[in-house]
Amino acid sequence: MPRQEIDLPHRLEYLSILDENGQVDTSLEPDIPAELLLKLHRAMVLGRRFDERMLTLQRQGRIGTFAPIKGQEASQIGAVAVLSSQDWLVPAFRETAAEIWRGKPMENVLLLFSGYNEGGQIDDALRNLPIAIPVGSQPLHAVGLGYGIKYHKKQEVVMTFFGDGATSEGDVHEALNFAGVFQVPVIFVCQNNHWAISIPRGKQTRAKTLAQKALGYGIPGMAVDGNDILAMVAAAKEAVERARSGGGPTFIEAITYRMSVHTTADDPKRYRTDEEVQEWVKRDPIVRFETYLGSKGLLTEEAAKAVDEEVRAEVKAAEERWAKRIEGPLDPITMFDGAFAELPPHLVSQREELKRELEAQKREAHHG
Amino acid sequence: MAKMTMVQALNLALRQEMAKDERVIVLGEDVGLDGGVFRVTEGLIQEFGEERVIDTPLAESGIAGMSIGMAVYGLRPVCEMQFSGFSYYALHQMEAHAARLRWRSGGRFSVPMVLRCPYGGGVRALEHHSESREIYWAHTPGLKMVIPSTPRNARALLVSAIRDPDPVVFYEPKASYRAFREEVPEEEETFPLGTSVVAREGKDVTIITYGAMLRPTLEAAEQLKEKDGIEAEVIDLLTLMPLDDALFTASARKTGRVVVVHEAPRTYGAGAELVARLVEKSFLYLEAPVKRVTGFDIVIPLYQREMEYLPGVFRIAEAVRETLRF
Ligand SMILES: Cc1ncc(C[n+]2csc(CCOP(=O)(O)OP(=O)(O)O)c2C)c(N)n1
Ligand SMILES: [Mg+2]
Repeated sequence: MPRQEIDLPHRLEYLSILDENGQVDTSLEPDIPAELLLKLHRAMVLGRRFDERMLTLQRQGRIGTFAPIKGQEASQIGAVAVLSSQDWLVPAFRETAAEIWRGKPMENVLLLFSGYNEGGQIDDALRNLPIAIPVGSQPLHAVGLGYGIKYHKKQEVVMTFFGDGATSEGDVHEALNFAGVFQVPVIFVCQNNHWAISIPRGKQTRAKTLAQKALGYGIPGMAVDGNDILAMVAAAKEAVERARSGGGPTFIEAITYRMSVHTTADDPKRYRTDEEVQEWVKRDPIVRFETYLGSKGLLTEEAAKAVDEEVRAEVKAAEERWAKRIEGPLDPITMFDGAFAELPPHLVSQREELKRELEAQKREAHHG
Repeated sequence: MAKMTMVQALNLALRQEMAKDERVIVLGEDVGLDGGVFRVTEGLIQEFGEERVIDTPLAESGIAGMSIGMAVYGLRPVCEMQFSGFSYYALHQMEAHAARLRWRSGGRFSVPMVLRCPYGGGVRALEHHSESREIYWAHTPGLKMVIPSTPRNARALLVSAIRDPDPVVFYEPKASYRAFREEVPEEEETFPLGTSVVAREGKDVTIITYGAMLRPTLEAAEQLKEKDGIEAEVIDLLTLMPLDDALFTASARKTGRVVVVHEAPRTYGAGAELVARLVEKSFLYLEAPVKRVTGFDIVIPLYQREMEYLPGVFRIAEAVRETLRF
């Protein structure tokens, strides 16, 4: 009865290609066409500028609470960049830049966070699920979509996002387990941004990595430098190819950092030091990528400036479209929209009731 | 007496109970250093340490399930769900075990725990942060369900909930967390669970409500008096389960007219049970159909439209007038 090490089907790897100084490991450098590199760069800058603008709008009281993505541009854009439009995105709530990459109009983001149900509307052509705020709940839906794909023998894949905190929720483990059992084409991207509100990653789990959780479910896991867009693209590509060719799910831990507040209702000074944040500022995914693009001769300082100006203009245009959509009086009656395929009688009468009330209120306001 | 917000009053209750009874343990997401996202547990970790104020991993089922074990062992866990909208992960543990262990073990084990949840709308929040689904809990045999309405009664009820020998789900109206202050005595105060109060006396009509809806209801009552000379009696339920039907049915017998106000969806909401009790216990005294002023049977809309969803002074006052016109 020997006591011997068990040989597991998967080993864990950590992947990093572009270091904090923008130096590339050429042996690992993925072959990404220049055009795509520049597109990725632009999307990251757009994500950053839009995020900053939203923060300003929030501070001005023009939009409500939202979760900034600052610092996580590479980990999310790098991952979705390898999807095709036929693939599916199942986000949590801190993937705004990835959603924009996948076709979500910025004005819809603004609409949603300024409190309009209309902001949740998903265009028919898009295969993006709406954001899911209950932590850890959505990866199971990715598994279900994956089952549908398998059932219909399609070549599509599903990519779902969640945070380090989410790995503590039972639903996430059920999703990983189901995915392993059913061998569905799902890529689980865990954005480990080191914090779940005030709880540091080290208090979330005793495990050395989050990626290793995959091994418990018999599926491949991988830890990736999430602030390195090249590594993210490479890892996601590998996972997507595996899924598309019938090789089943993959778990990617994208190691990144939440450089901003948890949400605009949060005060991080209560639980983390500025020194820690500064350490991560040095690892800014955009700065590093710009150094790389510069060294490849793909991006001059002027060109970077031009990109910045263009995306600012794009953000501004989206903001104007949003402002236009919310001008004029609001119709509260639409709160009944989307309740069911067909509004049942009790809701028809409740809607009438609200209409009458609003009219009566208007009359009263008129006559005092 | 110090004037306190509800957040401060709840904090006082926790602090005093922890100081007095070392079995009391606070646990939940961000309840330690962060002091809870609403700051209800502010300062507790500094005063009582990490062993008694536990920042848990992010898992509501875990928090509730572990609390059940702690309670069985003789501790008094007071756990926080960050928002009631995320407490449903814990519903299974509460329904399957917290609510049943006493019964299942023939009285050998009990689960003296409190599950605190901020609930309700009107705070311009994101989806899942504004719901009022107290009935999930109130409908579960074996659970008590408490909803305070003011700083003072919140403090007293929380102390009583912690001392209660059975599991209590404690819904905190977040719209009232900081909306107003009330004098709260430093010395200990309790309030018996299962007891309602008359928040305003009147003879013409009874309005039954609870939680965050108490304020617009009282405002409507004031307006009705000034504009219409109507004297409305307002009953604040405070506990939904077990329900103190003696008080409101007696009031109904006095006034003959009743309006029920809650922000939760109407169908099968608390109002349905209240109307049933009225029919059972004061049917012959009713002079008009009972009116329900409630949220609609849809998901509460995002914040631009939530005030039109929630019962407000206008809706409540109109319902009372209609009831009196009948
Ligand atoms: C089930 C559930 N519980 C609690 C919350 C409140 N909450 C929102 S985000 C968050 C932390 C999430 O941490 P993580 O999964 O690491 O994602 P991150 O916010 O860092 O992107 C919490 C506790 C929630 N939305 N859902
Ligand atoms: Mg996180």
